[in-house]
Amino acid sequence: MTRLVYDETFEGLLTALFQVYDERLQQVAIVPVSAFQPDFFAEDIKVFTDASKADRVWQGLKPFSHLQQLIYRSYLREASGAENKILEAVRYVLKTKNEKDYGHPAVLQLADWTKEVGREKHRMEAFVRFKRAKDNTYLAVIEPDFNVLPLIAKHFKNRYADQVFMIYDLKRDYGIYYDLKKVDFVNLEAVNLKNLNAITHEEEIFYDQMWQDYFKSTGIKSRINKKLHLRHVPRRYWKYLNEKNPH
Amino acid sequence: MNFERIREKLNILADAAKYDVSCSSSGSKRTNKNKGLGDSSGMGICHSYTEDGRCISLLKILLTNHCIFDCAYCVSRKSNDIKRAGFKIQEVVDLTINFYRRNYIEGLFLSSGIFSSPDYTMERLIAVAKKLRLEENFNGYIHLKSIPGCNDELMQEAGLYADRLSINIEIPTVSGLKLLAPEKEHKDFIRPMETVKNNIAIYKSEKKILRNTPVYAPAGQSTQMIVGATGESDKDIMYSAVHYYSTYKMKRVYYSGYVPVLQDSRLPALGTEVPMLRENRLYQTDWLLRFYGFDVRELLNKDHPNLDIDIDPKLSWALRNLHHFPVDVNKADKRMLARIPGLGMKSVYKILNARKYRKLNWEHLKAIGIAMNRAKYFMVCESKDWERRDLEPQRIKSMILQSSQSKYQKMYNQQLQLF
Ligand code: SF4
Repeated sequence: MTRLVYDETFEGLLTALFQVYDERLQQVAIVPVSAFQPDFFAEDIKVFTDASKADRVWQGLKPFSHLQQLIYRSYLREASGAENKILEAVRYVLKTKNEKDYGHPAVLQLADWTKEVGREKHRMEAFVRFKRAKDNTYLAVIEPDFNVLPLIAKHFKNRYADQVFMIYDLKRDYGIYYDLKKVDFVNLEAVNLKNLNAITHEEEIFYDQMWQDYFKSTGIKSRINKKLHLRHVPRRYWKYLNEKNPH
Repeated sequence: MNFERIREKLNILADAAKYDVSCSSSGSKRTNKNKGLGDSSGMGICHSYTEDGRCISLLKILLTNHCIFDCAYCVSRKSNDIKRAGFKIQEVVDLTINFYRRNYIEGLFLSSGIFSSPDYTMERLIAVAKKLRLEENFNGYIHLKSIPGCNDELMQEAGLYADRLSINIEIPTVSGLKLLAPEKEHKDFIRPMETVKNNIAIYKSEKKILRNTPVYAPAGQSTQMIVGATGESDKDIMYSAVHYYSTYKMKRVYYSGYVPVLQDSRLPALGTEVPMLRENRLYQTDWLLRFYGFDVRELLNKDHPNLDIDIDPKLSWALRNLHHFPVDVNKADKRMLARIPGLGMKSVYKILNARKYRKLNWEHLKAIGIAMNRAKYFMVCESKDWERRDLEPQRIKSMILQSSQSKYQKMYNQQLQLF
């Protein structure tokens, strides 16, 4: 058994796929470096991430744009073992050309992950709550279940074209920053909620309060349905929703 | 800005607006222009949900709850002794922009009590929308309420700034309206609908010739009916819904279970339970008409004027029409697949896609995620194993009810006790 150990970047994953085909590896597994454990019986090969190889794989998958989407989103799903399901699905689709055959277990698995990631993307587009800083930057902190920041950047850029903003994923410790021209990925040291509060604009507290008030007055008591409410707004998202944290 | 004063107004005017159930923010194609603020070209997002489980997508408020009318079903009616308030135009603009910038909302849904005259009220609503669009370069969603009885020119102007216009018919029958809102006339509601419909058609056809013709109410119009305030049947409600869909090209008709807010001998008593289950059945019927190819006469008619409360309308129809079943999932067309109880359109498409590759048996169906507990009585597939017993409708119904613990069961029991 050969094991390809890659650096967990998307390009690294594509480079690993390149290697599988280039070296005609049959008994092979793709392993993320953080999950790597020495195994006496396996032959381990380190993958050297290579943009041009990655690009050749991506171009090769062009005719299967649906599969491309499944691969990218399943990668962002960060599930353990995802790499090998991706490899399995790629092999099946390249052989049969049936990129939408959910009767195949690997294709189905990728489709399910893709759906989960899509759901999380929508949730973040909904649940991001900006606070206005003194310098008029709008700041938000999130901790999504999956790595959806790359997927939501475009949405926020289109929507807030005239507003400098940053959305920071605390769990993965990186963010997106829009400077009125383009969106960049940023890494900040010592981002934490405390210093965010220290730099917020003095008006922030009023709008925050009014949104909480609005949330309360727009509900209808005689129709209350906590179960339904929780299905739409699961508890794990409450932390950053100001309406769920009344003062 | 005096925040405490605005806070107080917001509490009063959001509370008074919440009985309008529409919170849709989809269907517009307004994109961000000239690096302005906002974009409503997407699906519309629910940024939160109320504790009763409804989507919060828009800042839904009244401009004022002062009103010269006295409609029996409305909290803002003249004779009701409540706190009154009114926003200034700029205050609504500021609130909308500031909520939008923080990603709380998709836009504004502005309605109003009628003060001094319908025209004057409508002018003020338009002024808010105009300011948002022209001064703030705001491309978020704007839903304006059309004020019954206002003139045609105003309705034409409103559509130039709003994505959606709506006017709530509220009472599905003309006789009910006479009883509960005697000062209003049926034609006051119809006239703005007619104007909006015509304008949408005119602007659309002009757009084909002149590319820079402005858009007019790109998300169309909608209306709402209150359910359970007068003695109307489900047939009355759905037949008028169909009428509004076809005559005025409505995007949506909303059904709102009556929430007793006032003591009035013409209305259900205070404390009467909100008919939420009935409301839900009406929505299901509405979907069957719009997306599943049903005709309203199949679901509601002289012999069957009310929907079943204990089972959904599709199952109810299937049990009355067992001669169409079982359906072969490997052969049937889309229309017939959509009629199998328990199958949603998503499942229908999954089946259509999956059967391209192989003949489907029960395992395949399960693997692609088809829920079978209701559907299995109504279909056959590539398997010898299917429901052969020639079951009576009553028997199928009780087996289905036993196996599926309806999410409304508890409510249903409670409601039964009331009769
Ligand atoms: S006109 Fe409108 S706001 Fe006034 S009482 Fe009637 S429904 Fe209520």
